[in-house]
Amino acid sequence: MLIRKPRHEPASSEITPEAVWQSRREWMARAAMAAAAAGLPAWASRSAFAQSGAELPGRPNPAYSVMDKPTEWKDVTTYNNYYEFGVDKDEPAKYADKLQTRPWTVSVEGEVLRPQTFDIDTLLKLAPLEDRVYRLRCVEGWSMVIPWVGYSLSTLLKQVEPTGNAKYVEFTTVEQRENMPGLRYPVLEWPYVEALRLDEAMHPLALLVFGLYGKVLPNQNGAPMRLAVPWKYGFKSAKSIVRIRLVERQPTSSWMQAAANEYGFYANVNPDVPHPRWSQATERRIGEGGFFTPKRKTLLFNGYADQVASLYQGMDLVANY
Amino acid sequence: MAEPAARRAQWSAAAVARFKPLLFIAGLLPFARWFWLGFNDGLTANPIEFLTRSSGTWALVCLLVTLSITPLRRLLRQPALVRLRRPCGLFAFFYGALHFVAWVWWDRGLDVGAMLQDVWERPFITAGFAAFVCMTALALTSTQWAIRKLGRRWQTLHRLVYLIGILAIVHLWWHKSGKNDFEQPLIYGAILAVLLGWRLALRLK
Repeated sequence: MLIRKPRHEPASSEITPEAVWQSRREWMARAAMAAAAAGLPAWASRSAFAQSGAELPGRPNPAYSVMDKPTEWKDVTTYNNYYEFGVDKDEPAKYADKLQTRPWTVSVEGEVLRPQTFDIDTLLKLAPLEDRVYRLRCVEGWSMVIPWVGYSLSTLLKQVEPTGNAKYVEFTTVEQRENMPGLRYPVLEWPYVEALRLDEAMHPLALLVFGLYGKVLPNQNGAPMRLAVPWKYGFKSAKSIVRIRLVERQPTSSWMQAAANEYGFYANVNPDVPHPRWSQATERRIGEGGFFTPKRKTLLFNGYADQVASLYQGMDLVANY
Repeated sequence: MAEPAARRAQWSAAAVARFKPLLFIAGLLPFARWFWLGFNDGLTANPIEFLTRSSGTWALVCLLVTLSITPLRRLLRQPALVRLRRPCGLFAFFYGALHFVAWVWWDRGLDVGAMLQDVWERPFITAGFAAFVCMTALALTSTQWAIRKLGRRWQTLHRLVYLIGILAIVHLWWHKSGKNDFEQPLIYGAILAVLLGWRLALRLK
């Protein structure tokens, strides 16, 4: 007899045994109570959240992994720039639990032969997930090393078949007014928009990210799907993406709109091109050493020059900051 | 009848001076808090940034407290409160100096060239640096000896504190302008405006 499995039922191996589930609940409740008693409700929600990270393993891809020591999970998930939840770095971890990441669709549109709206669960299965350890350099002068889980953005872009007119790729972040307290402040023009040149987006290093440290991406890190473009400053890697549009003309990103003299379209990591308000020659690696550890020297293209410098051959990197 | 009553309620310089140890402890609380946070994993993922900003904030708070002593003396009719002004000012300098050292050591790695470049090229650092240079001058001339030696010029020199206040707010304002996040500079700036405005109003009267 042929037994068909219902399509939407998860595999039995994926279901958490009730006893385990129950004990997790109890642990979380106890932790939350202890924290509340200590007058630290913010810590409680954060801690509980950290515990709820579901597994999302990928296959290690050493070809696209750096050897640097990865930054601790706690630092990666509590020190974030995600202004939709507030401009302070601890605010995303405090407030992002409200973000609704299901249902979630991503519309891929514009100069493409086959525009499509993908469900996030379809995207998760579009290609085998890889573990890649990337450096991340924030424009503010600090850096991390993060084990992402995802696959090359080019995999998705090939699915929709860009036309000959497609020259740039624009990414739009979700705008959930109810759940994102930072949207009340006119820090930037919302929704957040970022963009890459098509050849940058097609570069195998440009990663579509679904996870972190073998776990589902925490909301404060840009769940359910974000970019990681390791040779550019962190703000280029848009979070919680809902729309990808291929266009002919160079889009204006949110940061260009806010301060074009400080943030250019390219935003490639470059120690020789200072930000108007600070030098970019050095960086502070989060979690590294003690108070007397000197800052690191920042590397051109964040150390990925061998892979990406050819994209910018003959280009004036000072003028195209 | 009101005159003698008011006089009786007036605190003597010695009585006010008795509060100095308490003030000293209060002034060191932010400093002690850093150690407490340090031992309790509370300095965030970027402790250096946290301490740099925290020392700057407390320098500004102490400066505003210092600037509020004179208005308080007048409003409460307690001239003896002046005895608390120097310690408050010196605490502002203490946190300002830590803020300066944080920049010189942690951010610039003790590299004089990099420091000068920062001061020259980046207006928000120029403002902060200028404020610290002025503060140093005031701290160095805060002794009884300097007051006697400088005579009337001492008061003229110490009016620099108003400029220091303005420079500190400008420094914070420009620093926060990158994120269009003006909450802190607006709050501290408003307090400074009240404290300086009160003096100006008194002068114009």
